[in-house]
Amino acid sequence: MTDDLPLRLSQDLEAAFGDVVAAYQQAVYTTALRMSGRPEDAADVAAEAFLRAYAALRRYPAERIGQLQLRPWLLTIVLNLLRNEARAASRRPAQVPLEGWSPVVDGREGPEDQAQRHDGQARLGGLLTELPDTQRTAVVLRHVVGLPYAELAAVLGCPEGTAKSHVSRGLDRLRALLPEEVR
Amino acid sequence: MIEDALASLSTPAPARFADSIFARWVEVDGPVGPLFVAFTDRGINYVCPTAWVGGDRDRFVDSYRDRFGRPLRPATRAPAGLAGALKAGRGTGLRYDLRGVGEFDRAVLAKTLEIPRGEVRPYAWIAREIGHPRAVRAAGSALGRNPVPILIPCHRVVRSDGDTGNYGFGPQLKVDLLHAERVNLDETRRLGRRGIHYLASDTTGVYCYPSCAHARRIGAAHRVELATVAAAEAGGYRPCRHCRPG
Repeated sequence: MTDDLPLRLSQDLEAAFGDVVAAYQQAVYTTALRMSGRPEDAADVAAEAFLRAYAALRRYPAERIGQLQLRPWLLTIVLNLLRNEARAASRRPAQVPLEGWSPVVDGREGPEDQAQRHDGQARLGGLLTELPDTQRTAVVLRHVVGLPYAELAAVLGCPEGTAKSHVSRGLDRLRALLPEEVR
Repeated sequence: MIEDALASLSTPAPARFADSIFARWVEVDGPVGPLFVAFTDRGINYVCPTAWVGGDRDRFVDSYRDRFGRPLRPATRAPAGLAGALKAGRGTGLRYDLRGVGEFDRAVLAKTLEIPRGEVRPYAWIAREIGHPRAVRAAGSALGRNPVPILIPCHRVVRSDGDTGNYGFGPQLKVDLLHAERVNLDETRRLGRRGIHYLASDTTGVYCYPSCAHARRIGAAHRVELATVAAAEAGGYRPCRHCRPG
């Protein structure tokens, strides 16, 4: 259960921070992976996001920690890191986007299915990077990470209705980019 | 369905992801008393004599968390090679995590790592060896910020006038560390006060820093005291390849 995490964090940051990492590492890593288009950096970005969060928590008064919505707060940190990185990268020579991340192996697939799925995932992952920023953020957080609309709205800093329309416009655009059989 | 395809893009963090966030610490025996040593998955990133924090673990852990902004937990095992490196006074084989240390400081620390146990070099030597001969004070400041003292032996860098100079954990600890390595500080000081910076052998024709292992082997009858590189060159001496005086 993650409901009591803010409270436990506010009481004993050092004891509870490990649970924060365990509870949200997949959401944070997936966001870094799917938003950056650079899988080789995703683990570093995700780790850095948790370190920024930790440093901030050490400064925050207990009262403020207790009221945090941890997941949207963490994901906002990841998105800010990626944005700063992209800004820095735009001042450096262009980098080639890679699609070489490894898929989850569930053991029941044959190598061919796996290759095909890997291919499909890589393609879809690549298409995501073609969406405009806000739509990509909305689609990744809602449908890849599985964020409820209330939390998505908190991350985007907009009303829930607006968040919903970002998601649906993003999905429409993705469908238009995809071959018919996977729509 | 596109929603299902998107959901399948959720990916678990790599194995050992938490190790890239949480650092670990151990207490080990050092050359002149116990040390707290902290390390990440990339290497050792902090060393602190326990005496410096009054032996207080909580104080050490807390200061680490503030300084590095990284959570720190006790380790069950010391990093591989640490005990051996401390015993031998040779930190070259260990992995260090020097993220957050600037390029100049890194060059200073890498050079300092080359100074053998029982020998000392002047601050000016470090500056010259890393290609910034005028940055003597900057080299001193970089050593003062050394996050992994004792392992990277900044205590082996001293002033040209024979004084041992400053140390992050107080000048006395520097003296104690050098004594423990059997550096003849009395002689270094005596020579420095008289303006003698090099010793040469009139049999080999080589000149060295006084603490160089080769200088210590020169017999009294063949020992020549030199004040400057110019004097050494004028006497036809060549610099030692081991300690590279200059």
